[in-house]
Parts: sequence; C-alpha cells; structure tokens
Amino acid sequence: MSHIPLMHAFILAGILFVIGFIGVIARRNTLFMLMSLEVMLNSVGIAFIAAGSAWQEADGQIMFILILTLAAAEVAVGLALLIRLHQQRLSLDIDELNEMKG
Amino acid sequence: MISQLPFYIAATIAIIASIRVVTGSNAIHALLYLVVSLLAVAVCFYFMGAPFAAGLEVIVYAGAILVLFVFAVMMFDLQGDKDPIHYSKHWLSRWLGPVLLASVLLIEVVYLIINSANTQQYTSSIVSAKQVGILLYGPYLLAVEIASFLLLAGLIAGYHFAKSADDIGQSNDSMGGHL
Repeated sequence: MSHIPLMHAFILAGILFVIGFIGVIARRNTLFMLMSLEVMLNSVGIAFIAAGSAWQEADGQIMFILILTLAAAEVAVGLALLIRLHQQRLSLDIDELNEMKG
Repeated sequence: MISQLPFYIAATIAIIASIRVVTGSNAIHALLYLVVSLLAVAVCFYFMGAPFAAGLEVIVYAGAILVLFVFAVMMFDLQGDKDPIHYSKHWLSRWLGPVLLASVLLIEVVYLIINSANTQQYTSSIVSAKQVGILLYGPYLLAVEIASFLLLAGLIAGYHFAKSADDIGQSNDSMGGHL
C-alpha cells in the first residue's frame, strides 16, 4: 500500500472541517447547515482513520463506525425536525425560525 | 511518489466538492456534490489502508444517509436561500472576518504540524476488516450497544416528528393507538 504521511491526512481533515464550519455559520438554509455538519463529521472520520492507520491499530476504524451511527441518527432526527418546521412555518430560513414559542 | 498521487487527487476532489456543497444554492446539486465528496473521501480511506471503512463510507454515507437527504428534499419545495444576505454587498462585514480568523488558525495549525519536533515519518498500513470486527464485538461491545440505543432513539424520534399535527392529535385522543 502507498505511504501517505499522517500530516497530509490531518491537513485534509482540517481543510474539510473548516469548509463545513464555514457552511454552518454562513448559510441561512437549515438543510444546507445539516449538509455542512455532515462534511464536518466526515472530516473527523478522516482524522480518526489516518491516526489508526499510522499506529496500525483498528481503534480508529471503530471510532469511525461510531461516528457513522451518530451521523445516521442525527440526520434522521434533524430531517424529521426540518419537515415539521417546514409544515408549520413554510420556510427553512433559520432567521425566520428563530422564535421558540412552543 | 507516483503511488501516492491518487490520494492527493481524491483529496483535491473532496475539497472542491465540499466547497461546492457549502456555497451552492440548489439543494439537489449540493446533494450530488456531497455524494462526490463522500466518494472521494472513501478513495482516500482506501489509500490510507482502511478498505473496510471505505466500504462503510460508500454503503452507509453515500448510500443510506444521502438517500434520506434526497427523500427529505422531495418533501420541501425549496430553491435554496430565499434571501441571500450573506452573499450580498454587506458580505464583507458579515462573514469575512470569521473566515479570515479561521483561516489564520488553519495556517497556524498547519505550520505547527510541519515544524513540529516529532519528525518521525508515519506510514499507512492495511488494517483488515477481520481485525476491526474482532475488536468491535470484543472490547467495544458496550459501545456497540450504546450505538444501537442511539439508532433506536433516532428511529422513534424521526417517526414521531414526521407525523402530521392532526395525526398526533388523534393519537393523543386514542392513547396512541396506531403507534
């Protein structure tokens, strides 16, 4: 297998994390914010797998599997919440959804 | 060096696709870019010596989670940001500052990693799927159980939230008869 330096994998993970973070704070559409969260979770998975591969341990892949289940549960609940909000407010703009009136 | 080239190409594709996800205005286009990004990351996983994680990335992320996104987008009649204030002429004061700060932090971290005293060269090696499975159902069994609880909670919460309002009213009247 090819030899990827751990540094380069970490740089890739950092760049993807920053891209996802910019998406979360700059977008106003909640659907795009959810997608940016997926990009962030994915970058953390890259970091775990790179570290696990560098130290020749399988623990990194275990952590990646747990991140995968977390992402699945988060997407299920988040999309269901978005569907409910869209039914009630007819909008996905987070600036219009900022009033918590119960 | 030539054997590492696919990793860097896939990494570049992942970065470009992620940027298009974040900056896109059409939800379906952004979802397709997200699929491209996840596939590129799966290629990166493979070249980092984790073929099992690469398969999981394609099956679970690009297969299952993105299908959930597509189903949800079908239920919205959306075209992206309705009022793109963050890309208007005031964008400089709104989000250029945080972006510059985050970029400075990123450059700092990269500089620290490059110039760190630990110049030991780590190289990737293959960690097989059997090794992962033995670990998953041995020492990490409790974590697997907790993850199953999390997924069950997500399933029930998704079912509950996605019901329409009059459905919830009916189930309150009839003590949740059709749950």
